[in-house]
Amino acid sequence: MTRLCRAARSVLTLAVAALVLTAAPLAAQDPPIEQGVRIGITYTPGLRPGMLVLGGARGVVLDSVRAILQRDLRYSDRFEMITLPGGDSLFLGSAGAFVNHSLYAALGASFAVAIRADADTATAQVTLYDVRGETARRTIALVLKPLDDPDFRMSVHRVADDIVRAASGEPGSAATRLLFIQRGRLRRVDFDGADVATISPFGVAAFSPAWAPGGDQIVYTELSEGWGRLVVGDPLGDVFLPVPETEGLLNYAAAFSPDGALVAFARSGDEGTEVYTYNLARDCCLQRLTVGRFSDNLSPTFSPDGRRIAFVSTRAGLPQIYVMAADGTGQELFAPFDYGVTGSSLAPEWSPDGTRIAFHRDVVGSPQVFIMDARSRMVRQLTSAGRNEDPTWAPDGRHIAFISSRTGRRQIWVIDVETGRVRQLTQAGDTRLPAWSPRIPESTNP
Amino acid sequence: MKLKFAMTLGVAVMVLAAACGGGQPEEVAPVPNQDSIAAEQARRDSLAREQARRDSIARARRLEEESIRREREEAVRMERELTEAVLAILMTHVNFDFDRSSIRPGGDTEVLEMKLAVLQANAGLEVVIVGNADERGSDEYNMALGMRRALSAKKWLTDRGIAPNRVAVRSMGEEDPVDPRSNEEAWAKNRRDEFAVVVGGDVLILPPGM
Repeated sequence: MTRLCRAARSVLTLAVAALVLTAAPLAAQDPPIEQGVRIGITYTPGLRPGMLVLGGARGVVLDSVRAILQRDLRYSDRFEMITLPGGDSLFLGSAGAFVNHSLYAALGASFAVAIRADADTATAQVTLYDVRGETARRTIALVLKPLDDPDFRMSVHRVADDIVRAASGEPGSAATRLLFIQRGRLRRVDFDGADVATISPFGVAAFSPAWAPGGDQIVYTELSEGWGRLVVGDPLGDVFLPVPETEGLLNYAAAFSPDGALVAFARSGDEGTEVYTYNLARDCCLQRLTVGRFSDNLSPTFSPDGRRIAFVSTRAGLPQIYVMAADGTGQELFAPFDYGVTGSSLAPEWSPDGTRIAFHRDVVGSPQVFIMDARSRMVRQLTSAGRNEDPTWAPDGRHIAFISSRTGRRQIWVIDVETGRVRQLTQAGDTRLPAWSPRIPESTNP
Repeated sequence: MKLKFAMTLGVAVMVLAAACGGGQPEEVAPVPNQDSIAAEQARRDSLAREQARRDSIARARRLEEESIRREREEAVRMERELTEAVLAILMTHVNFDFDRSSIRPGGDTEVLEMKLAVLQANAGLEVVIVGNADERGSDEYNMALGMRRALSAKKWLTDRGIAPNRVAVRSMGEEDPVDPRSNEEAWAKNRRDEFAVVVGGDVLILPPGM
């Protein structure tokens, strides 16, 4: 294996050297491959454009920036990341203004990202090149913070999102975090699995967290002796204020309205479980939206236009997904099911673009993640290995995080809805109830 | 000799009378002689006897108090044991089938019947029912399911005449398992209603026939 790699690497080095030597004449021709030069890289161009992160000046900070960018772009699932064996990509230098478009094109890249540091100003210029068009499409200034700066990683994630948008026209989701519950504590983790931190205080059992639309506030339930009050606060701070009229009762499964004014939640008590809203902006106006009597209604989720709420109801026996206007009128079945055949359907979450709803549904005794098209109401199953539950959308509308027991313990996994590719996000302990943030605004970082 | 004895006795009685007379001044200052010595001796003997009598009465009273105290303690202990027996009836869990909140006939109904009798026999007793779910199913749904289970037991009791305001309901969902394992045995134990006293649980009466 090692010999094979070494051989492959020397072939590649020769090939790259040959290409670099012939690149100038090749650039004048179209397409360059017709010269008969064969590159020894096992990369099959797919539908996704190739992306090459170029090497350049070295350094602890710059190497980290490059590694984080590379990984963020891979996790976006929008590009075929081109990596050369043995780190040869590092030698495809981007020092100075020289950009070898034909070489990158020959390697299969549609885009190349160069990082040039300016030691004097402690900044870096991150440039996205359109290799086919042989132009610089976008240059983003990155302030190079020390590695131990709490905002270092998030600042690079923001650059990655800008590159994703410039290259694909679609939003990225690198500058985001997820909330989750682990052994009763509310914790957070960056979208790439870094920077796990605990939010809820010791001795308080936390439950069902959710983000406010701006990403600067969260809501969760503090459980105590069978009661649960909602608390709202800054996810990086330690001051959480109770939502009025939720003390001494069992309230949970909260969700913010898209304008941040309302919080919808489930309340369980003598009347069973019903969906309520409270107006945080006006600090008043508790409103009950459902009247179950003999059924339970819970887990509300707003449509991004704020006009509708999808929720779970047991009105037909097993829990299924229903929808209503935001004032509680016009309640109807949302996700179709076959009575007596389809399993319980739970934990709905409306996608950021409003076109789909993710939820989980029991399939032969195991919950699996589904998505439904909001208009056609066509339902598609996304997972099948192990138990997969409690889906939550990334702000790019393309990725869904969920809890999976496919490796034994309940962990957060991320699936790319377009391709079905999955990655494991958390590694240790029993994790539950994930909530994916909107893009984290700069001001809320310490 | 007889006369002397009679005299001594007479003096002793006088002395005793004087002593018992309480406050009567002693008019004759006795001159110490054979008789007065004997009288003094008799007086001392008499005091000793009196003291013995008082001691005996005090001892009897102490014993009686001790016995009363012991009886009272015994009663308190009995009361506590009875209260604990009643509490044990209250603490027995009511269990449920998977994803169900209906009261099962058989053992679980018998458990509720005993709780009903306890609530009937103790008018001042108020309880809270906390519903619980096993770890399967959605975490949020399990909170609602736990409440549904608590409400199910509450309805069973109120349908049989218990005032609704004596029975509070809460839910812990799947957050408070009694058995943390992930198997059928643990799940069956964790699907339960727990009862706890809110007020009036200090002294409880065992219902008749129990």
